Amino acid sequence: MIWSKEETLPREEIEKIQLERLQETVKRVYDKVAPYRAKMDAAGVKPEDIKTLKDLAKLPFVTKQDMRDNYPFGLFAVPKDKLVRIHASSGTTGKPTVVGYTKGDLDTWTECVSRIACMGGATEKDVAQICFGYGMFTGALGLHYGLENIGAAIVPSSTGNSQKQIMYMQDFETSLLVATPSYALRLAEVARREMGVDPKRDLKVKIGLVGSEMLTDAMREEMHKVWGEDMLITSNYGMSELMGPGVSGECEYMEGMHINEDFFIPEIIDSKTGEVLPAGEKGELVITCIKKEGLPLIRYRTKDITRLFYDKCKCGRTFCRMENLSGRSDDMLKVRGVNVFPSQIEEVILSFDELGPHYEIVVEREGYTDKLTVKVELNHATDSFTVLENLAKRVSGKLKTILGLDAKVKLESPNTLQRFEGKAKRVKDLRKV
Amino acid sequence: MLAKQLSVFVENRKGRLGEVLNVLAEHGVNILSMSLADTTEYGLLRLIVNHPELGKAKLTAAGFSSLLSDVLVIEIPHKAGALQSLLKCIEEAGISVEYMYGLSMDVNEAYVVLKASDATQTEKVLLENGVKTLSNEQIKAL
Repeated sequence: MIWSKEETLPREEIEKIQLERLQETVKRVYDKVAPYRAKMDAAGVKPEDIKTLKDLAKLPFVTKQDMRDNYPFGLFAVPKDKLVRIHASSGTTGKPTVVGYTKGDLDTWTECVSRIACMGGATEKDVAQICFGYGMFTGALGLHYGLENIGAAIVPSSTGNSQKQIMYMQDFETSLLVATPSYALRLAEVARREMGVDPKRDLKVKIGLVGSEMLTDAMREEMHKVWGEDMLITSNYGMSELMGPGVSGECEYMEGMHINEDFFIPEIIDSKTGEVLPAGEKGELVITCIKKEGLPLIRYRTKDITRLFYDKCKCGRTFCRMENLSGRSDDMLKVRGVNVFPSQIEEVILSFDELGPHYEIVVEREGYTDKLTVKVELNHATDSFTVLENLAKRVSGKLKTILGLDAKVKLESPNTLQRFEGKAKRVKDLRKV
Repeated sequence: MLAKQLSVFVENRKGRLGEVLNVLAEHGVNILSMSLADTTEYGLLRLIVNHPELGKAKLTAAGFSSLLSDVLVIEIPHKAGALQSLLKCIEEAGISVEYMYGLSMDVNEAYVVLKASDATQTEKVLLENGVKTLSNEQIKAL
């Protein structure tokens, strides 16, 4: 089902709305947000220079560093008493980034997530279990209000206590699961191994709205294996700086995530030069919020690597689509001078039936050389050293082909590598640089 | 007779072998014979136990990669040259031995566990040569 009529507007009308809202936002931000006004002045741009959508490229970028430098409320465009909600990122490195919402922003957020939930197949009949951590993280509450808005029954189970999660799914007949892809796999593992519950046979979960981590095709396939081939698994995208979930989401055709273009203008840039790249080219996603009141970020550098497609989707929506993420520019590892994305390693691991979907990447420095180790879990039992040695050789051979690097493959017993309930942290970079 | 052997994948990590043995001990699985072979990173623990199916189920539930496979537990006379003549008849039949370890010995007989490329074929050859092989039930009674 298509939630809003805006989702199917002709391109000219979308662009008309975008230009109006962009001009209004830029003017408002210039008036109210001193740090951004300073950036615009330094770049020699005035709000009235924004005459067409192309003029967006004249505006300076905002980065996560800008948010830290103006911690906590320096980039906000409204006085604090207009805020009705404050969230913050985990802030694993330095100060957290703080985001705030006005009443109007919460309505916008609910609208955006309602659309994405519908794209992913949700209806008012669903029992939606939200296995994202509630709290300062925007994921859980974002999905919560959107799904509630379309009339689904919410089970706000949050993360943790996986056996109880499975019990709720059985007893409440949960039909829709919200989780990270890795936690969805973990839940299935707990169900099968610890409770003798087969998610395919014993549960009624038919829709998966996954986010907060990349969903590669291989990961989706892995989820189908344990949750059932008929489960509709779609990914959705967002980040708290922009709003939270609800920036974009996949429809049933799964050919990229539709961006809510009446609220966000996407651009793809070359992350080194900052140049805007033509549609279809791969680069860093930059997003401008054009209907936010509290924190209207202009040209925010997401660090996510993707491409944009503007051709019409089979679902009837006209909003452009962003390809499922293939990496984050700050996830990229440099090992012996070679760029390595963890998603490339994941793809190799998931292509082996003999291995489980969980893995860990360790980078160390021995002397002056980087050493890459990939720890994987055995999925199939064997009594033969030949089989084990061959397996390790085949995996490292394939890694070498994909990465162009020698990696050591370390086989581990099933269930020994760390499991994650939120965003998986699979990379351990132990190099002291 | 074929016997079931329980094999477990064990990483070379402090305490890991103890964890395997704990699981077996907790469920009353008694080890009648064992062999532990290793590489620099991991080893394979091969066991003849009193309850192979139970052992496998409990190890799997505890997150270990374990497997039951068919092996031959062979009775041979406890004297010089007995093992050699056993191997001779196996080799002559064109069967290759993957690995082998001792089970127990008494005054007159010795027992060896043998994993061959083809367990059923080996069983047949041994039968033709009048060599006795033991089932798991018979091993327990030793």
